[in-house]
Amino acid sequence: MEWDWEFVWSIMPTMIEGVKITILATILGSLVAAVVGLVIALLRRSPNWFISRPVGLFAEFIRGTPLLVQLYFLFYVLPGAGILLSPLVAGVIGLGLHYGTYTAEVYRGGIDNVPRGQWEAAKACNLNPTQTWLHVILPQAIPPMIPALANYFIAMFKETPLLSAITVLELMNQARSIANTNYRYIEPMTMVGVFFLVISIISVFGLRWLERRYGRVER
Amino acid sequence: MIDWSGYIGLILQGALVTIQLTIMGCALALAMAFIAGLGRLSHLAPVRWLATAYIEFFRGTSIFVQLFWAYFVLPIMGFDLSSLQAGVLALGLNVGAYGAEVVRGAVQSIGREQFEACVALNLSRFQTMRHVILPQALIVMLPTFCNNAIELLKATAIVSLISLSDMTFQAQVVRAQTGNTLVPFTTILILYFMMAMTISTAMRWLERRLARGLDGVRS
Repeated sequence: MEWDWEFVWSIMPTMIEGVKITILATILGSLVAAVVGLVIALLRRSPNWFISRPVGLFAEFIRGTPLLVQLYFLFYVLPGAGILLSPLVAGVIGLGLHYGTYTAEVYRGGIDNVPRGQWEAAKACNLNPTQTWLHVILPQAIPPMIPALANYFIAMFKETPLLSAITVLELMNQARSIANTNYRYIEPMTMVGVFFLVISIISVFGLRWLERRYGRVER
Repeated sequence: MIDWSGYIGLILQGALVTIQLTIMGCALALAMAFIAGLGRLSHLAPVRWLATAYIEFFRGTSIFVQLFWAYFVLPIMGFDLSSLQAGVLALGLNVGAYGAEVVRGAVQSIGREQFEACVALNLSRFQTMRHVILPQALIVMLPTFCNNAIELLKATAIVSLISLSDMTFQAQVVRAQTGNTLVPFTTILILYFMMAMTISTAMRWLERRLARGLDGVRS
């Protein structure tokens, strides 16, 4: 089978539609992951054993199981409990939760890197815990972790094709439906690969810039 | 009341396929990681370029796209792969690219004086790697390899989408036949988590094993 440029241009608009959804899912998922990660990281530091242990176990469980199965769980099991989620919402929650457990580790590292003296100074200034976190610890902890967080958001971007399994019409799903109606797999599948490669390469440059701006990425 | 024993058996059959994929994928990934990782450190520029191209390509595009490409496009180009072969190929090459960076990082983390000592002892490049550098670098690699192996295990869920009857696929079959979603998906989530735990326990044991006799060498 030959590569057909004519066909490539004819399916381009549909593919662009898919790319939009893919990017939308990545951005929303990143926001959820950023928040979920912070919450998990803070709860795991709780002095209360009954909070820190279950949260830790939950995060460990999410990290040890495949995203695809978690998406199925959100999409197929929750409606049985009366919670109906649209495919995109289920997808964003799934991505956000899964990557939230990864970003939680980044937050943990960033928070641990704030020198002890800062905590003691905050205590000496009679700041309460909320003030300590909001005005002293987080403003110092977050900038150095931005490149590492961005790294996970790029990884998340590469996982968005999984959303096609729960019928979100993103890039991969558009490509599959085109391939199935036209019986041509080479062009759509290769184009999906090219789209991903191009966006990844652009984001790698973005990541380099972030690293220069905020310091080394932790690997 | 549904008789679950038969369905659980079905899921366990899928578990075997998942384990098989994980082991074969890990073997391929390990081989690729060492070939590409050491390739990137080669003195020959073309070898370095080839290794870099491989790593960047497989890290830049999503595993999902690679799997679909291997399953749908390669047959058109004349390489007929079974779904198991396509799965192992995509998983192994993808995770291998991540592993290659780990190998490179670990080898580079070994102190310069070790390399200089090898030159002083007139060891060949192969002897240097085999007897001095790799035994030390291997321990540095293990924790990240453990994470990579768990990532690979999680990625095997994706092969269910190219109709390979792994655990996730069987859970979908059970869902289709019984209409119940909670039991199959919860079961496989727990099974995946148990497999991930097994991998990390085994890796920790291996790490202790390999660290034996290296006390005093590593600070």
